[in-house]
Amino acid sequence: METTKKPDSTSPGISAPETQGAGSEKQFLRFKRLNRILHIVMIVSFMSLALTGMTLKFAYTGWAAFLSRLFGGFESAGYIHRLAAVAMIGIFVTHIVDVVRMKKQYYTSWRSFIFGPDSMLFNGKDLRDLIGNFKWFVGRGPRPAYGRWTYWEKFDYFAVFWGIAVIGSTGLTLWFPEFFTRFIPGSFLNVATIIHSDEALLAVGFIFTVHFFNTHLRPEKFPMDIVVFTGRMTLDELKEDKPAEYEALVNAGKLDEYLVEQYPPVVIKVTRAFAWTALCIGFSIVIWIIYAMLFAYQ
Amino acid sequence: MKKIVHILENGSGKDARTGFKLLGLVFFVALWLVPAMGQENTDCFACHNDKTLTGTKKGKSFSAFVDQKKFSESVHAALTCVSCHTDLEGKELPHAEGLAEVQCGTCHSSEQDQHSKSLHGKAVARGDVLAPHCRDCHGKHDILSAKNRLSPTSVLKVPFLCGKCHTEGSPVTSQRTIHQDHILENFSESIHGQALFQKGLIVAPNCVSCHTPHSILPHTDPASSIARRNIAATCTKCHAQIEVVHRKVIRGERWEKEANTLPACVDCHQPHKIRKVFYTQGMADKDCLRCHEKPDLKSSKDGRSLTVRNDELGYSRHQKVSCSQCHSEVSVSHLRPCETITKKVECSSCHAEIAQQFQVSVHGKLTGKNDPNGPTCKECHGTHGVLGKLSPNSPTFSINIPGLCARCHREGQKAATRYTGAQHEIIEHYTESIHGKGLMKSGLTVTATCTSCHTPHSVLPKSDSLSSVNRKNLPQTCGRCHHGIEEQFERSIHATLVGKTDKPLPVCNDCHTAHTIRRADETGFKLEIMQQCGRCHEAIAKTYFDTYHGKVSQLGYTKTAKCYDCHGAHDILAIADPQSHLSRQNVVATCQKCHAGATRKFAGYLTHATHHDPQKYPFLFWTFWGMTSLLVGTFFLGGIHTLLWLPRALQMKRAHRKQREKENKGKNGNNKEA
Repeated sequence: METTKKPDSTSPGISAPETQGAGSEKQFLRFKRLNRILHIVMIVSFMSLALTGMTLKFAYTGWAAFLSRLFGGFESAGYIHRLAAVAMIGIFVTHIVDVVRMKKQYYTSWRSFIFGPDSMLFNGKDLRDLIGNFKWFVGRGPRPAYGRWTYWEKFDYFAVFWGIAVIGSTGLTLWFPEFFTRFIPGSFLNVATIIHSDEALLAVGFIFTVHFFNTHLRPEKFPMDIVVFTGRMTLDELKEDKPAEYEALVNAGKLDEYLVEQYPPVVIKVTRAFAWTALCIGFSIVIWIIYAMLFAYQ
Repeated sequence: MKKIVHILENGSGKDARTGFKLLGLVFFVALWLVPAMGQENTDCFACHNDKTLTGTKKGKSFSAFVDQKKFSESVHAALTCVSCHTDLEGKELPHAEGLAEVQCGTCHSSEQDQHSKSLHGKAVARGDVLAPHCRDCHGKHDILSAKNRLSPTSVLKVPFLCGKCHTEGSPVTSQRTIHQDHILENFSESIHGQALFQKGLIVAPNCVSCHTPHSILPHTDPASSIARRNIAATCTKCHAQIEVVHRKVIRGERWEKEANTLPACVDCHQPHKIRKVFYTQGMADKDCLRCHEKPDLKSSKDGRSLTVRNDELGYSRHQKVSCSQCHSEVSVSHLRPCETITKKVECSSCHAEIAQQFQVSVHGKLTGKNDPNGPTCKECHGTHGVLGKLSPNSPTFSINIPGLCARCHREGQKAATRYTGAQHEIIEHYTESIHGKGLMKSGLTVTATCTSCHTPHSVLPKSDSLSSVNRKNLPQTCGRCHHGIEEQFERSIHATLVGKTDKPLPVCNDCHTAHTIRRADETGFKLEIMQQCGRCHEAIAKTYFDTYHGKVSQLGYTKTAKCYDCHGAHDILAIADPQSHLSRQNVVATCQKCHAGATRKFAGYLTHATHHDPQKYPFLFWTFWGMTSLLVGTFFLGGIHTLLWLPRALQMKRAHRKQREKENKGKNGNNKEA
């Protein structure tokens, strides 16, 4: 992860072998490779789903017709939508498999896995952090000492579970209406359409505003926090943002296990370009939604 | 009686040898006469005055009634029955059935002779069942003199008498070879027929004047009154001075030297149609063309060219019409026969029916008011070179019609500037329409052109209830070509006889437009048609656009269910109608047109669902508001969290910057020291 000092220190080292310069300062590995890949695939899948789906939801706007054409027509957009949906389910399944594997590898029991300090599940500390955070927001207390996963990160994580369940199930119903109407009345397809599209609207809206701000675009992280793509953050950042985790690692003497070499600047640049592209698409979608909901609603 | 007298005369003249013999003969005759003298007409009428009296002939029953009153008024009133029914002479009364044919020729021998040599008589001899006998024209017991107006053979009635057989559709015209057609009609329209029927001139000729009453022969028979060599004699029976009239066209010497090369009367004056038609070119027309052939002939009044191109006349529809038939009022005796012409050509003198249509049309009304914008016949049809509408060079040939109408109806032209309605750029739109493309690009001459819908001569504004493009008449007008569609439409809920509503029902042009009609399988049409339905079915069209089908079509794609895919196009019926595509028994099949695996439950999908109607669709309404609350709630909490965070985040950013500056300073200082 780039530090605040980085621009100065890298400028003389551009011509020099990057491994030398990069190797000078080790960084903390927050995300392993599989999770980074999953996040990237998820971005692509999510964007595709959002864009193709919105063309139908906001079919009454000129933008929708334009995008639908761009995707090669509503049928082709439909194929892309379903392909991306399959990818999304694939990500979900892969992650579940990985979770089970991780438990087997690193934890002796489900109990220690679920209730341990690095668990994704909400715990008492999250509640304290939440209260502490609001106190800090209004200047009534210090910034809470966050652990490895903050409560808003956990919220985003479980939102995916909820989204997959709700959007995925209704989506499948709409994908295979002839099959599903053997068991459910035809009008449930209308209900499924509303749930599918409104839940998708919620997901898209939330990810492209709240998630973007909370995780990538907080002013102190300017221009962008790309730790989820590189997996690496500086020790300074770790100390500042995840003090509880840092402290635990130092106390356990395990910090060195997580220190890895930096990525060469070119990787960082490519990553930033990708991240910015995704960000722009996301923001465009948000603007389009606002326009469609407020000014062109029919 | 004649015979008896004859016998008596014979008896007294020949056998005067012995008184005995004479006496014997007289006795015999007297014996024979006793019953014969008893055969007075009254004896016959004793039975035959009974209206119910019937006899049988060849197995068929017939009335043997003879009207005594009519008989007593007939020309034969003075005769006894047995004078004609000679086989009954001296027979016991009542007599047996199966009398012999009455032989009129016994008395009327010359007529009988003529008849048996005539076409009719020969047919009788052949046993032709259609052949006329004396009685077929003259009657039986009620024969009247030809001078009696009531007689079927009276002058005024002869055409109808002959017309009984010689009329279109009769067994004679359909089963026998008659070389002329529409004889009675043509005759009644001819100058002879008009004189006879309209003017009541009993000296005017009827059928028998030319054909003779009894010597009717084919014109190929040299003895016929209508044979080529005899026809002049037949005509000159009345038209005694006709040669003088014809001196202008047939030089006198030819009459004398080569009379055989001269045309017969009927060559110009067609039999039965006299005056109606066909004074061929080269006769009287030559007199006109003597001046009008000159290429520089100009009107002294307005200087317009008066040249008539002979070749133009040659191929025109009127090639067999002479100049003077249209340019009437000519005076043949004048050096310039045309100088007596005062009126313009009046097409209606022949085309009466069309002229009538035209007079009530919007074009004709203008012309009637002498409005310079009103088109006359010649503006569309031309003058001397007038061609039939089937001739490709004719301005009224289907492919040329749009161009013809465009002369006035194109934007900026005289008709378009007068027009105040909503149809503009008619010609351009038509050209781009399916009809225009069919006609002008594909060259399909059967494609609808202006006159197909507006009619050629009865053009009326659509507000006129008689107009072919009036709402009321439009389905019929379109149905002239699209008959199958019209049939479907007339049974549909949109037809005025079926749809029971006060609201205006649509007709063809409401969906298809008037001049911009497109192919119904064109994408643009398919998408627009939903807007057309939506003009009346506002709410239901709106809710359609809330569903998947509607949204896909809103995006501009047609491969999804549109109004007519489910409801039908022209055969739309109320859903309650069992015949409807959406009735309970048909709806699944309708869904299956696209969704092969559709079931009854599948068909329960709400194709016009809206989540805005809590009464009609409570499920959807509450789902929508549930989802919306979830959305708003989540955003509210997330939004508050983020907004409250923002000032702190900015504070941290400032702190970072300060720290960085400090570090940079320290670094620079270190570098200097180094």
